[in-house]
Amino acid sequence: MDFRIPLGDWAEAVVSFLLTHGQGVFDAIDTVVGALADGVQTMLSSMPGLALAGLIVFIGFWRLGWRFALFAAASLLLVAGLGLWKQTVDTLALVLTATGLALAIGLPLGIWAARSDRVETAVRPILDLMQTMPAFVYLIPAAMFFGLGRVPGTFATIIFAMPPAVRLTSLGIRQVPRELVEAGIAFGCTGRQLLFKVQMPTALPSIMAGVNQTIMLSLSMVVIASMIGAGGLGNEVLRGIQRLDIGLGFESGLAVVILAVLLDRITQSFGTGRVRPSLRERLGLAGRPIPTAVSRPTAGGVTPAR
Amino acid sequence: MAIQIAARGVTKIFGNRPDTALAMLADGLGRDEIFARTGMTVGVHDASFDVEAGEIFVVMGLSGSGKSTLIRLLNRLIDATSGEILIDGRDINRMDRNELIDLRRRRMGMVFQSFALMPHLRVWQNAAFGLDVAGVDARTRRDRAQAALEAVGLGAHAESWPHELSGGMQQRVGLARALANEPAVLLMDEAFSALDPLIRTEMQDELLRLQAERQRTIVFISHDLDEAIRIGDRLAIMEGGRIVQIGRPDEILKNPANDYVRSFFRNIDVTKCLTAGDIARGDQVTLIRHTGEGPRAAVRQLRERDREFGYVRDGKRRFHGVVSVESLLAAIDRGNGGATLDDALLPGVEPLPAAMAMEEVLTRLTAAPYPLPVVDEAGAYVGAISKTAYLETLGRTR
Ligand SMILES: Nc1ncnc2c1ncn2[C@@H]1O[C@H](COP(=O)(O)OP(=O)(O)O)[C@@H](O)[C@H]1O
Ligand SMILES: [Mg+2]
Repeated sequence: MDFRIPLGDWAEAVVSFLLTHGQGVFDAIDTVVGALADGVQTMLSSMPGLALAGLIVFIGFWRLGWRFALFAAASLLLVAGLGLWKQTVDTLALVLTATGLALAIGLPLGIWAARSDRVETAVRPILDLMQTMPAFVYLIPAAMFFGLGRVPGTFATIIFAMPPAVRLTSLGIRQVPRELVEAGIAFGCTGRQLLFKVQMPTALPSIMAGVNQTIMLSLSMVVIASMIGAGGLGNEVLRGIQRLDIGLGFESGLAVVILAVLLDRITQSFGTGRVRPSLRERLGLAGRPIPTAVSRPTAGGVTPAR
Repeated sequence: MAIQIAARGVTKIFGNRPDTALAMLADGLGRDEIFARTGMTVGVHDASFDVEAGEIFVVMGLSGSGKSTLIRLLNRLIDATSGEILIDGRDINRMDRNELIDLRRRRMGMVFQSFALMPHLRVWQNAAFGLDVAGVDARTRRDRAQAALEAVGLGAHAESWPHELSGGMQQRVGLARALANEPAVLLMDEAFSALDPLIRTEMQDELLRLQAERQRTIVFISHDLDEAIRIGDRLAIMEGGRIVQIGRPDEILKNPANDYVRSFFRNIDVTKCLTAGDIARGDQVTLIRHTGEGPRAAVRQLRERDREFGYVRDGKRRFHGVVSVESLLAAIDRGNGGATLDDALLPGVEPLPAAMAMEEVLTRLTAAPYPLPVVDEAGAYVGAISKTAYLETLGRTR
């Protein structure tokens, strides 16, 4: 049987067409993403390790209380003790860069999709494709467009991690109860006021769930992207695999897990739709007793599954 | 009284080809037929009414009859397909975006069935929402929100979150938000329907109290007739997108336009809805004082009509009291020919004010041996209520 659809050939043709004709665009992306990635990287790695760790522990305390702060301190100490501090910081920088860019594109796109059914129907299949395509597949064109290094890694990560941000932003805004939107309009909101004073705040739990997923996907992709030279903890994992070094694989894997838990818990704390004690209350400076975090009803009452 | 809201032949079609549906309506096709043929819904059809300044205008009807659509046409949450809606004489369908936003910010407030409070804002921030979008400065905003909260009895809860309050309290916040910019017009879509009966009555009283303090023009949607009658100055009854009758509650009760309207009133407690003035009848013997007619003439009149009691008023219709055949004869005996009607008045007769609710009349009626006289605010005689007449009124709606 000789029947075969040459879809792969077509994909290749598209990529090579883009390569020959879209060089200007890629150069522009290269410059912007490169500059950003370098900037974040330099900023984080030039910070004294203790200051960075202190900042993370402090945020943990502010958002989640002293137990979590204690956990953060201990786990960061462990990472440093394993000699993986620098790699962890590199990975964090990659995650922050990729997430920042994914959100910069994803949130406006999600808002747009929420406001227009046409955009939503156009965007949805693309998102499905982006999300379900095995992560490794992005590495090939990314490497062809941008060579090896941090930029293609970040680029592939943005593509892979963006869909939940778009999807959950659109979903969250669409789920804002009808009467709430009507109340906004009835009291004289302009279109912009309606978006920023009613829809976005009400959709915040859903949007933050999307942000959280984007961060977690970024982290998983950044590890994979070390195959095209993105660096960071992924490199150590890769080395562990190549040398069949179980110890190295386990240690670097553990560092990834620690980073994942820290990022996950902290970003979730911004989006669970809970009324949290303020920092003053955490520190016992406010007059009011610390309220036990009471759950606030989310828009439409649905918290999308992660 | 000035007319604040006027609707003139307002129609709203939900669907993608409203002109087709309009043409079908003009050809006399019904709502169901149009839906069957085109899939388009006639939300409101040819609604015309006036709401006077300071009036509570209640719109009633079964679910799906177009009440919510109608009230949303009044501040253009929904655009009318045809017809005019005049607020203070200006057609809102011709306003541009800015004029419309200005109207909503300055002239109109709205209260929703589900309360529709912003979950991310504290109670006072919710109350200040309209002021915030209108760009009122922070200090004024806070003060006026606080004042509005005080007005609905929630001054102490300004810092709470909406979800910390009970349903009734949340709707008070909804009311405070609508009152904060001191609107002339208040739109309330089933504002109390989601509340427990007890709380609902409490909120109705609250609304009436606020209305007594400062009159606003209120359009109030309800599917509960008891509520409609309790708070409404006038009612509009909707059926299948049309307004089938507009009038005062007692007018509609006495003359329902069709069976649909009648069925609404079937299980209504008329004793809450009608007043003494509504059921008083003029079929008792009326005696005019100071016309020279003495007790003897009065006895003759009563005997001719086979009545035991007579109702005495003067030439200016002022009510003076009740006499009976017995008391007249006794006065004649005592008076040696010089007796007047005044000498024969029964002691302890207190006329009912015309505004007294029918349910209150009942307790007085059971104790009185004679039909109870009713007077209006000026003290003029309106008529009398006999036990028979009372029972007949009750029977009419059963
Ligand atoms: N946005 C809409 N699109 C289509 N049909 C609608 C829309 N809003 C209301 N309708 C229809 O219009 C009719 C009147 O609805 P509504 O005004 O909500 O009635 P009520 O408030 O009296 O229950 C209903 O048949 C409803 O299904
Ligand atoms: Mg309704």
